[in-house]
Amino acid sequence: MQINVEGVSSSIQEKRIISDIYLQAKSGRFVGIVGPNGSGKSTLLKSIYRFHKPDCGVITLEDNDIYKLSAKTTSQKMAVVSQETNNLFDFSVREIVLMGRAPHKKMWATDTVDDERITVEALQKVGLIDYGERSITTLSGGEKQRVMVARALAQQAEVLILDEPTNHLDIHHQLQLMDLVKTLNITVIAALHDLNIASSYCDQIYVMNEGEIVTSGTPEEVLTESTLQEVFRVNTNIIKHPITGKIHITFLSDAMQPSNLDEREPLNV
Amino acid sequence: MSNLAAENKSEEKVIKLDVERDGHGDHTRRHADRFKILLFVLPFLLLISMTLSVMLGPVSIPALTVWKIALSHFPLLENLTTKDWSTAQSNIVWEIRFPRVLLGATVGAGLALVGAGIQALVRNSLADPYILGVSSGASVGATLVILFGAFSLFGEYALSLAAFLGALLSVILVFLLSQVGGRISTIRLLLAGIAISMILSAATNFIVISAPEGEGIRNAMFWMMGSLVGANWNSLPMAVIAVTITFIYLVSQSRALNLLMMGEETAATLGLNIDLFRKILIVITALLTGVLVAVSGAIGFVGLMIPHIVRLLIGSDHKKVLPISLLMGAIFMIWADVGARLVVAPEELPIGIVTALCGGPFFIWLLRKSSYSFGGNS
Repeated sequence: MQINVEGVSSSIQEKRIISDIYLQAKSGRFVGIVGPNGSGKSTLLKSIYRFHKPDCGVITLEDNDIYKLSAKTTSQKMAVVSQETNNLFDFSVREIVLMGRAPHKKMWATDTVDDERITVEALQKVGLIDYGERSITTLSGGEKQRVMVARALAQQAEVLILDEPTNHLDIHHQLQLMDLVKTLNITVIAALHDLNIASSYCDQIYVMNEGEIVTSGTPEEVLTESTLQEVFRVNTNIIKHPITGKIHITFLSDAMQPSNLDEREPLNV
Repeated sequence: MSNLAAENKSEEKVIKLDVERDGHGDHTRRHADRFKILLFVLPFLLLISMTLSVMLGPVSIPALTVWKIALSHFPLLENLTTKDWSTAQSNIVWEIRFPRVLLGATVGAGLALVGAGIQALVRNSLADPYILGVSSGASVGATLVILFGAFSLFGEYALSLAAFLGALLSVILVFLLSQVGGRISTIRLLLAGIAISMILSAATNFIVISAPEGEGIRNAMFWMMGSLVGANWNSLPMAVIAVTITFIYLVSQSRALNLLMMGEETAATLGLNIDLFRKILIVITALLTGVLVAVSGAIGFVGLMIPHIVRLLIGSDHKKVLPISLLMGAIFMIWADVGARLVVAPEELPIGIVTALCGGPFFIWLLRKSSYSFGGNS
């Protein structure tokens, strides 16, 4: 399922947050959005997942204007893992993942055997199969995050929107989650902070800065030393990694500059 | 290297087992078991409470007589029993105590229901049925009737009607104030409710102090603290219908209520039209609260407390929370009314005093219990 964003601008309380955004996620592609804090990644995603109506521009899901579809129809096609993680009330993990089936439910419908099976499978995929009967309030931040991913999986949508999905996760679970998402073979749009993860998994990357798309393309095209210097204000060294074949970014902070390293006193052993 | 991995794995297993032993694992299974037990036990408890409540009073009446008299009023069942009671007993049971017990149960059930719905609506565990200014609006209307005889045109319905109109007016105001660009903002809804409540309470107080006579003030106070004194067969149907409709609607939307509790964005991305649903929810809960306040005054604490107790016992799934709240609210209110009638007999206490005095300490105990988070971050 293909998503097109055409000329979208959005404001929050009269303040323009993103302007004139064009973005395309082809069917089955993994599209990453990277950019510094406050660059408008979340706002763009909110516009795409139909929560924050843009001032102008059109967002289409397989040629249908998303704001002309109902919330229900959209939710059958598009699953979202947002940054909203305040689970205040006492639901079990299983109950929360089951909520992912809500888009496919009529008003009086009860949960079927199929729903239960899909829920179990989703929990299995995120490695939380033993957590079904636990209360969400007893879980750690990373575990909660994986529950939200499981719920999105249970939606069985053809598009997945992820807003910084690897937040709260340790490195093992970051990679596990990204591997999982990659194997789903559905259209994915993800805002990512970790540029090395972005370069490893994305087919295409959009770089945002101050509410605009600065550049877009494959990781090799986009993640260059000059772009990162300009957008993130960091010095980097970028290589093609000998094992993965993906580009790999090493950040050179002031303390890590070769000249500074040289000046340091050698350690007395 | 592989040894180390194996060791780690077995360690992980041990930790997991410990967690299960701690009770995290069967936490929610306990919830499910409790739900089944409560769903089975509470209806009986309700029936027993109702019987006992009708039996108890200045004149005590045996349980058998209570139900014989009740049955004799059903068209098809009247011949099943022989008439072995006095007219006085019949009057006390059928004309005074039964309507009162039924009204108490209905009001308790309704308030608990609205409490659960409103707490999901505003995602705030402090919310109760009166948070949108319903009770203070109703009080303005009621005190005007009690103290100045307003609406005398409507005879015995004047009080209920004035209270209902007052409630409606305040909710409409709160509703309008909480909209931002066609959307309901939760925090504005709460704050507008508080502001309107303050203004209308001031108006009520002004009406009370400018009242001409002392007796009326006492009556007005009594009404404001809630009372089932006015119960009769005429006041029942409206309340029962309102509670029934609200219950059916809320249960049909229990999935949506669950989603609402997960947060706006989550609810919206899981297919809920939150703006519309919230508006319907406000209207339907406000109407029910208005009806309840009109027949019994503003009885506090039930709508706040019962949903919390229910969630503590069986978890937050509304499919379960709503029916159990309904039953618990009814039972609690019946006993609160028994207390109100008997503690200082032959005088009567306003029932709101009883609900607060019984409910308060229990609620404090709940607060001290660390395993319940009240919907806050633990």
